Amino acid sequence: MHKKRIIPCLDIKDGKTVKGIHFENLKEVGNPVELAQRYAQEGADELVFLDITATVENRKTFAELVKKIARVINIPFTVGGGISTVKDVGELLNAGADKVSINSAAVYNPDLIDELAKHFGSQCIVIAIDTNLVDNFWRVFVQGGRKATKLDTFVWASEVEERGAGELLLTSMKHDGTKKGFAVMLTSKIAQLVNIPVIASGGAGTLKHFADILTEGKADAALAASVFHFGEIRIKELKNFLASKQIPVRLG
Amino acid sequence: MKVAILQYNAGNVQSVRFALERLGVSPIVTYDQQTLISADKIIFPGVGEASTAMQFLKEKQLDKLIPTLKQPFLGICLGMQLMCKFSEEGKTTCLGIFEETVRLFDNSQNLACKVPHIGWNNLQKLKSPLFKGLSENCEVYFVHSYYVPLNSYTIAQTDYLVPFSAALHKKNFFATQFHPEKSATVGEKILQNFLEL
Repeated sequence: MHKKRIIPCLDIKDGKTVKGIHFENLKEVGNPVELAQRYAQEGADELVFLDITATVENRKTFAELVKKIARVINIPFTVGGGISTVKDVGELLNAGADKVSINSAAVYNPDLIDELAKHFGSQCIVIAIDTNLVDNFWRVFVQGGRKATKLDTFVWASEVEERGAGELLLTSMKHDGTKKGFAVMLTSKIAQLVNIPVIASGGAGTLKHFADILTEGKADAALAASVFHFGEIRIKELKNFLASKQIPVRLG
Repeated sequence: MKVAILQYNAGNVQSVRFALERLGVSPIVTYDQQTLISADKIIFPGVGEASTAMQFLKEKQLDKLIPTLKQPFLGICLGMQLMCKFSEEGKTTCLGIFEETVRLFDNSQNLACKVPHIGWNNLQKLKSPLFKGLSENCEVYFVHSYYVPLNSYTIAQTDYLVPFSAALHKKNFFATQFHPEKSATVGEKILQNFLEL
């Protein structure tokens, strides 16, 4: 049976792991390679690494880090942050990443999605959508959630699928960092709208939140950061809980 | 032991190399015919699109070489699909080692099953030394939109929309639709088993 996935996300700044609360106030929580190894051993299904430095000089540091991660990690991982060209993607995949996540660059230049899908195959192209409610509309945000666009999240989700995205990583900024639960309604609507897997992100606080987003929310995968980084939720405990609720998960 | 990874324009060459290195093997990554012929084991990885990949193999005349190889040979994901006769992806004539047609998943009757099939799923009806030491329903990682139907070469199957071939075997040719290089300890065991064939 096909399993629902649990994905810890590591925000990386200058080669170190950080976690932003509402995308700001960063604080360091550890060495990304060690943390990644720990999550893989504890039963994470995939990992996501987001480079939030995104300055030219630090891009090299990130590619080197990706290589270090690829050497030790025996599960799939996605990398993202500031990726804007076919060349960027080629470098990260060559360093050993399995998938790349594209956000702002896809909004500014939607043709990039077609190009990447053609070049590398849809399976490695994850389109990340940061969204927030503005005047009752779920608007797409860019630049790490700092800038609103006029794009409607539903319209954009359909468009990226059509252009060749392999997966959607949907972050509700309204829920992110609150620990009050994922955006269940929104995610469910998006998941029923598109025919590609949806990874839900933002708002994980309790075991039940994960169960809700994977059932009612119809997400294929749930992503979280701080609840894992600070040990508030252990992956094994989470998987056992989900299994007890008849949600198919990999118990290893 | 000389292990060669067949290098072509596929995405996961590096991941396969690192996975072998974790098992203590230093593979050679190459498309040179002589190096391939003299290798003890060959791994044929694959992430990408079928017609583009076949084009590359033809340019290097590897389409002629591969079916004649005699050593244990393992195709992974797109590698497995290219070892079949024909793929619906790009309507591509492939290597023809397995007399099968690679088909696109049809989820029109079950929209809750997304395509591509991405994630962990179970292996069932295991019958091969490739799976020595593993039990029924062990979990491996898949990423694919096309699949090989069940056939006489099937040595493991998985259920997603339909039961399909998770692995194939014919003579010295082995193939997996899933990614052993990304399938945690289960995948490591499969790669180890392949190296010990």
